[in-house]
Amino acid sequence: MKRFLRIVCTASLMLVTALLAAADFDYDLSPRKVAEDTWVVVGRNEDFSFENGGNIVNSAFIVTEEGVVLIDTGPSRRFGEQLRKAIARITDKPVVRVLITHHHPDHFLGNQAFPAASIAALPGTLEGIRRDGESFNENMYRLTGDWMLGTEVTVPGQELTPGPITVGRHRLELLALDGHTGTDLAVFDDSTGVLFAGDLLFHDRAPTTPNANIPRWLASIERLDALPYKVLVPGHGAPTTGRAPITQTRAWLQWLQATIRSGAENGRDLTEMLDLPLPPQQARLAVSGAEYRRSLSHLYPAAEQAALEHGGTGHEH
Amino acid sequence: MKLASLLLASVLLCCGHARADAPPTDPLESARWDDMRKSFFDGQQVVFDARVQVTGPLTAENPMNVPVAVNASGLPGVRQVIVFADFNPIVRILDFTPGAADASLAFRIKLQQSSPVRAAALTADGVWHVGGTWINTTGGGCTVPSTGSASPEWQSRLNEVSGRMWPREGAGERVRLRIIHPMDTGLAPSVPAFHIEELVLADGDRELMRIHTFEPVSENPLFTVDLPPGADPARIRVSGRDNNGNRINAWVTR
Ligand SMILES: [Zn+2]
Repeated sequence: MKRFLRIVCTASLMLVTALLAAADFDYDLSPRKVAEDTWVVVGRNEDFSFENGGNIVNSAFIVTEEGVVLIDTGPSRRFGEQLRKAIARITDKPVVRVLITHHHPDHFLGNQAFPAASIAALPGTLEGIRRDGESFNENMYRLTGDWMLGTEVTVPGQELTPGPITVGRHRLELLALDGHTGTDLAVFDDSTGVLFAGDLLFHDRAPTTPNANIPRWLASIERLDALPYKVLVPGHGAPTTGRAPITQTRAWLQWLQATIRSGAENGRDLTEMLDLPLPPQQARLAVSGAEYRRSLSHLYPAAEQAALEHGGTGHEH
Repeated sequence: MKLASLLLASVLLCCGHARADAPPTDPLESARWDDMRKSFFDGQQVVFDARVQVTGPLTAENPMNVPVAVNASGLPGVRQVIVFADFNPIVRILDFTPGAADASLAFRIKLQQSSPVRAAALTADGVWHVGGTWINTTGGGCTVPSTGSASPEWQSRLNEVSGRMWPREGAGERVRLRIIHPMDTGLAPSVPAFHIEELVLADGDRELMRIHTFEPVSENPLFTVDLPPGADPARIRVSGRDNNGNRINAWVTR
């Protein structure tokens, strides 16, 4: 009898846990107004986790009289669906255009909640989603668990051409840049001065580099900084009327590049590089230690190889 | 990470000494330790020893290329060091015999799943001194074909060496070497095992280090070797071969 009771208790405990978990798959998305007609759903400055379900990224939308323009759809089907509902709480206009800034999973795996024909990205991003989408999706399951349930890769149905587009009274400049990945879209709204920078800019959070080319990325930041922006919307971290996303991202990348180059040129082993303490300016950013170590794994091998090729080596025959 | 493994190792070092007759308990609490002990050290004396340091990331970002450094130079008279990972499909990673070089070596490995990575240093008295650390990974490091085997480019550069020497802070010298080789494990479908087996670093007749490598060493292996003050080689000869009999024959100068 005791044993039977224990089984019943365990079973009901499991049921309660399952129900709680199900009730919990709520990203609690509340759009923040950053300019006229312009809203941002701001993610947390964290790593992917079972707790945040991948809600570490910004999605933004512009409400025009012709309908809503959405920039990035988030990390999962559930996120995309909840985003659609969050938009519907602000406006009854339909989402008419969805722009995807780049092919990283937290920026496009919410696509399923929107008609593929309304979703557009630059050609390099479409190629990246076709190539890496499935493995990114699997990896997100590993990192965030059941938040991802039912998420499938949806390739955008439209190819974007860089240049100006007009939606309602908003004139949007589409900029084809690169450096964070091989293809990074930034969107500048001439009418409000809002610059949607995608992951070319991070704010109070260390930048991620799995597909980065730092010199190209720094050049793209200069292009962004030359625009007459009034509000910066980074890919990760809070939108701001200040310049912090530009100065922080640039400083991190310059420091990272210099650290990696001098480490490799001085013959440091990767295990020694992993142990280096971060300078205070970099250590202040969220997830800085983890991103530094990940970046070494992405970028140090090429720097080592370049340093070794400057050594004195010959072959005997 | 270094501190944690050091602390664990020192705790067990004490336990090991207190009960020298019973086999010491594994500070890394691996279910495979008993198997490891039997297959590598059967009938031999084994102690966990904080002087054998294994450094690696807590979590491997890239399971195909996990950095590991082994340092047993705090231990006098090291004859040989063997390195293995309890849970890898191919357990043995490499072994090395320090000649004139320090008993330390850094390299990269493929990890199939989270595992202790251990080094065991054999001293003149016949005792194996074991240190190690857990490295976590999401897996897939051993059963993926190398990028080399998928592209024809490496064939013309097979066994090509890039190397460089640096003066170490204080005194002595550091040598880093990278050799172009696919290092295929034989576990990926229809890609046979193809890997470097032996690498010898020498300064004239004087052997600096002899390394035997196995399948889990990463593609295009990179080694960091430290030389003590006074070794002062003007020119290091690097020779070796892979399991198909292809030779490695190069030299490195400052
Ligand atoms: Zn990104």
